[in-house]
Amino acid sequence: MELLLDSLFNGVAIGSVLLVAALGLAIVFGLMGVINLAHGELMMLGAYTTYVTQLIFKLPILKPFYNSYIIVSIFLAFIVSGVVGILLEKTIIRKLYGSPLETLLATWGVSLILQQFVRSVPLAYGTGLIISLLIGLFLPTTFPSKIKESINFKYFKFSSWIFAALTGVLTGNIISSSVSKLSRASARNVDVTAPSWMRGQVEIIGTAFPKTRLMIIVITLISVIAITLFLNQSAWGMRIRAVTQNRQMSDCLGISTEKVDIITFGIGSGLAGVAGVAVSLLGSVGPNVGGNYIVGCFMVVVLGGVGNLLGTVLASFGIGIMTDLIGAGRLLSIWPDMPLPLSNTINFFATTSMARVMIFALIVIFLQFKPTGLFPQKGRMVES
Amino acid sequence: MSLSKIKFDKKIVLSFWIILIALIIAAPTLLPVFRLNLLGRYLSLSIVALGVDLIWGYTGLLSLGQGIFFALGGYCAAMYLQITSSSEFPNNIPEFFALYGVEKLPFFWEPFRSPVFTFFAIWIIPALVAGLIGFLVFRNRIKGVYFSILTQASLLVFFNFFNGQQKLINGTNGLKTDVTQLFGQMVGSESMQRLFFWITAILVIAAWFFAKWVVKGRFGNILIGIRDDEPRVRFTGYNPVIFKTIIFSIAGGLAGISGALYTVQSGIVSPQFMTVPFSIEMVIWVAVGGRGTLLGAILGAVFINYAKSLVSEALPASWMFIQGGLFILVVTALPEGVLGWIQGDGPRNLLQRFGLKRKIETYPSLEVNNKEGNNE
Repeated sequence: MELLLDSLFNGVAIGSVLLVAALGLAIVFGLMGVINLAHGELMMLGAYTTYVTQLIFKLPILKPFYNSYIIVSIFLAFIVSGVVGILLEKTIIRKLYGSPLETLLATWGVSLILQQFVRSVPLAYGTGLIISLLIGLFLPTTFPSKIKESINFKYFKFSSWIFAALTGVLTGNIISSSVSKLSRASARNVDVTAPSWMRGQVEIIGTAFPKTRLMIIVITLISVIAITLFLNQSAWGMRIRAVTQNRQMSDCLGISTEKVDIITFGIGSGLAGVAGVAVSLLGSVGPNVGGNYIVGCFMVVVLGGVGNLLGTVLASFGIGIMTDLIGAGRLLSIWPDMPLPLSNTINFFATTSMARVMIFALIVIFLQFKPTGLFPQKGRMVES
Repeated sequence: MSLSKIKFDKKIVLSFWIILIALIIAAPTLLPVFRLNLLGRYLSLSIVALGVDLIWGYTGLLSLGQGIFFALGGYCAAMYLQITSSSEFPNNIPEFFALYGVEKLPFFWEPFRSPVFTFFAIWIIPALVAGLIGFLVFRNRIKGVYFSILTQASLLVFFNFFNGQQKLINGTNGLKTDVTQLFGQMVGSESMQRLFFWITAILVIAAWFFAKWVVKGRFGNILIGIRDDEPRVRFTGYNPVIFKTIIFSIAGGLAGISGALYTVQSGIVSPQFMTVPFSIEMVIWVAVGGRGTLLGAILGAVFINYAKSLVSEALPASWMFIQGGLFILVVTALPEGVLGWIQGDGPRNLLQRFGLKRKIETYPSLEVNNKEGNNE
């Protein structure tokens, strides 16, 4: 019983990282039919945001609030990755609409650039750049409608970009002069240390659970609930669902699909940032951190089907629990005296990498019976 | 296609052949051994690019997992070389086995004692694996992005398997070939490398003719039909699954040959051949060269790799930026690739822009098939 509980918890912990990472990917894929290969790098940005936030909270002014930095960084990571995602959508993905394979390649290019960017630009100036992007993209939308409709709006936009650039450079300089660790570029991995209240373990029914793992489960839970509420209760959520179901019809009925695309992509990318916070709690953060998770996310999307959150949730927990069952060889400890050939096979697959092999084989077998995932979209399309 | 354009194409192809043959004959005398070896490697990579062009450019299947078949071919060649040169090691098995305390050769190594078996295994094993993966995926009408990410996932699976099994195939260290013997000579020696260069050059040309033959005629037409409108092909009474499986395993076989040639020229095969970035790079060679042109695949593979080695020697950090930019640029601005641009209306449009050529007045092409309609 205890073993089973332990195994279940581990599986849920692995699954919740997968879930929070795959959630954004699944929403974007459902809406636009686009797989964002830079999703892992958006996670990486989220993880680095956590690191930067942590260092900034070590400054004397913010020191008293140090323990809460992880909460702040969740919001910041959402914003940072969201802004980069919106920029990506506005500049590249929109142009490639209707050709998903090309989008795949273009986003891979973006992911290469982001990786190298983190390696060769000091994090302080990276932060400055993000801040100027944020101001440049959102300042014009806050102008009163009188200015927005005037013919000179482009000059206002232009000047707000100049203002944004200046602010960015200024913040970059301030950060780099006050936090020495952020002033130099480095390709080395960095470590995020959890605040004191998150270290250690909690005991539930006789089993010890690490607090960071619990925190990740909580983050995932909140993200899933928030996104479900947003999609099902808000007006924009309804529009997103409408466009997911039938883009042309929604367009005809007056829904601005362009705006829906931006919002969805922003939210999807932002969720990648939140996943980055979770990932930063598990291990060290480096330019390649996203790559370790991205293929798992793809598997979740393939297994869960398109446009259904429940499918995504079930798929990630399924994969998580299976990974733990196979990878840690737990079947052996649950059933110790199984026949030798079987136990040899299980031992052969009882490593993390071999567990992936097994899981993939299982997914391919599953797809033979249900090619469109757990919850296929209903409809009578020829193409599907 | 107008008459002048056909002539134009022929001129390009002919001049390409002259340049290529001149290069191949001149290269061994002109280039130092190091550069010659690099050129040989890149030429061998162009064979895998031809395969990518067949499945992506002609059939519309974007595989991000060609590295599997590439590495399988490489492993087949390396296993043969290792096993034939292992007579002086304990137990007559390759040296690395002693490190892990393995005394008996794993069963799947045995057939690789035979050179004939190896010769066929290099292309048949990857082709069979590709056919199996392809069949299982295509059978369920999985396509588009789904297919791409499934191939990527299977790439990762193979990577994990080869990376983790030290006792079977030396895991992450890979198999070295440059100190092994072939025909009584060291594989890494200069004369052998020259020989491999010639073999590669001949095989590239052979592979090009083969690919040309595959896409010619009705078979090629069906491939293009699948790319442009698969349901229609199905409704016409063809079974796309068979065609897709065949072309995917052809591409796999080409990748295997390419991997074997690359391995003997680079001196090692390792799970690094199965990393995700390498397989996506193969796609970008084709995309830059021009997909659906075959020639573009060869040119793209050779030139991009040469550029890569030159840039990485001079400015190591900037290659990632350049490569990333290339990905974005080629899909947004140059979707037909360089060769496609030259063969199409590209030069004419450029000249028009500077007022050097008269505009041709035609009706704007009608949007027959609304792109947004077929959501994949």
